Amino acid sequence: MSDTSWIGSVIAAARPQAVAALLRYFRNLDTAEEAFQEASLRALKAWQKNGPPRDAAAWLIMVARNAGIDSVRKTSKQDPLPPEDLISDLSDVETATVEQLDAADYRDDILRLLFICCHPELPATQQIALALRIVSGLSVKQIARAFLVTEVAMEQRITRAKGRVASAHVPFESPSAADRAERVAAVAAMIYLVFNEGYTTNVADHGAKAPLCEEAIRLARLLLGLYPTEPEIMGLTALLLLQHARAAARFDADGSVVLLEDQDRTRWNAKQIAEGLALIDKAVRHRRPGPYQVQAAIAAIHARAKAFRETDWSEIDLLYGTLERMQPSPVVSLNRAVAVAKARGPAAALDMIEPLAAKLGSYFYFHGARGAFLQELGRKDEARVAFDRAIALANTPAEAAHIRMQIDRLQTPGAREAS
Amino acid sequence: MQYAILCYHDEKVTCAWSKEEDDAVMAKLGVVMEKLTKQGKLGPVARLLPTTAATTLRKDREPPLVVDGPFAETKEQLLGFYIVDCKNLDEALEITRELGAANPGGAYEIRPVGVFFDAPKVAS
Repeated sequence: MSDTSWIGSVIAAARPQAVAALLRYFRNLDTAEEAFQEASLRALKAWQKNGPPRDAAAWLIMVARNAGIDSVRKTSKQDPLPPEDLISDLSDVETATVEQLDAADYRDDILRLLFICCHPELPATQQIALALRIVSGLSVKQIARAFLVTEVAMEQRITRAKGRVASAHVPFESPSAADRAERVAAVAAMIYLVFNEGYTTNVADHGAKAPLCEEAIRLARLLLGLYPTEPEIMGLTALLLLQHARAAARFDADGSVVLLEDQDRTRWNAKQIAEGLALIDKAVRHRRPGPYQVQAAIAAIHARAKAFRETDWSEIDLLYGTLERMQPSPVVSLNRAVAVAKARGPAAALDMIEPLAAKLGSYFYFHGARGAFLQELGRKDEARVAFDRAIALANTPAEAAHIRMQIDRLQTPGAREAS
Repeated sequence: MQYAILCYHDEKVTCAWSKEEDDAVMAKLGVVMEKLTKQGKLGPVARLLPTTAATTLRKDREPPLVVDGPFAETKEQLLGFYIVDCKNLDEALEITRELGAANPGGAYEIRPVGVFFDAPKVAS
């Protein structure tokens, strides 16, 4: 790290808390953001000279409030600004802020800020963009890169999202217990979307999207810090950590996708796996299972398996069965079938997915999985038809390449054992 | 004399480090640790998982109470620690309860260990 990069880390860590408090104070997202920006610039100068303040968030909130008030005054009355030194040389400014900020305030502030980003009127892509810009503080350029759009297009998308949020009148009083629970669930879903946007990727853009997964984990930890006894938030955080732990093994040196069965498991992030497993352990004790916990438990089985052939597929089958009951969906059933194929054989799996054809007929993964089951059963011609169908429906070159690899195996019998 | 060196930092900051920044810090610490190991001065080193992974047993009441999260009170002081190797949190809690029964009052915070380094030997 360079000499001043610690300041960046400290500002990034304080950001959600500070922007959230400023939003409550100014009741306007743009003013809050600009004021925080101004305070961050002053922090760069002041902290370099004086060292970090005892409470960075409180320092930033106080300086930003002053800066925000100044800018409101400046635009309204054209009053002269107070000298810079008066604002940025506050050595122990945080003592003054203790009055209005206790832990409960912080909690509701941050939840409100997160909740604003997942307003039901916003489409998923706008929710993600807004959260990354406002809460995580990623630059428009970084976000645009992750979404593979131009900076101008992303700027417009964020501006539109802010406009909708501003006209939606999010209430600023403390939420009721029921409202709070609803907000937590909506925020968890949004964090999951951020992660998936980063995780679902193809060869060309995996570098650009990687920061999204990191941000999603940071947001999940933030939410869990606010609600430390919520088993589903533990489950969500665990799920993201366990999935992301495989990141380094998911792509080879050429940037091609490496399938789970072929991944070098020594490249998995042991620390993230340890944290994910610890969180599931904690969650399970509450005996209040939910979809995030179940998905995390499935990811945990993969994480615990030292090698692909040691995977406990029967347990995964059972867990997908539980998930099917909680969240019935043909995609969940299809995922279950993959586990069934390993645990009980391809014939059982094939029987299981045939009824899904009507709903998943245009889903590439359905035909890919079906082709793989047929291939294992030695029904090569039918397998090839299914794989051809999958290639035609593939969304990304990586998906198509994966299917082509399967066809390759069809044409070279004995070259590789069916897995 | 053996000394325990307890590490404090704002975890919001350390969790905001990128993988590269984290690796860089660990590499610099590794240099110091290697020197200490050669001198036979280094004992076990543990990097704990974030406090979101912590569970606390309050044993200042009967029966003791298990709560999610770290021990956040400030009127008690840190007096010691154990490292136990368990198959899961339930087993760790069982052990913690047993210790608590032997020594009521205060609390035990149970925090999973993320990275554990057991130096070859410490001269005591």
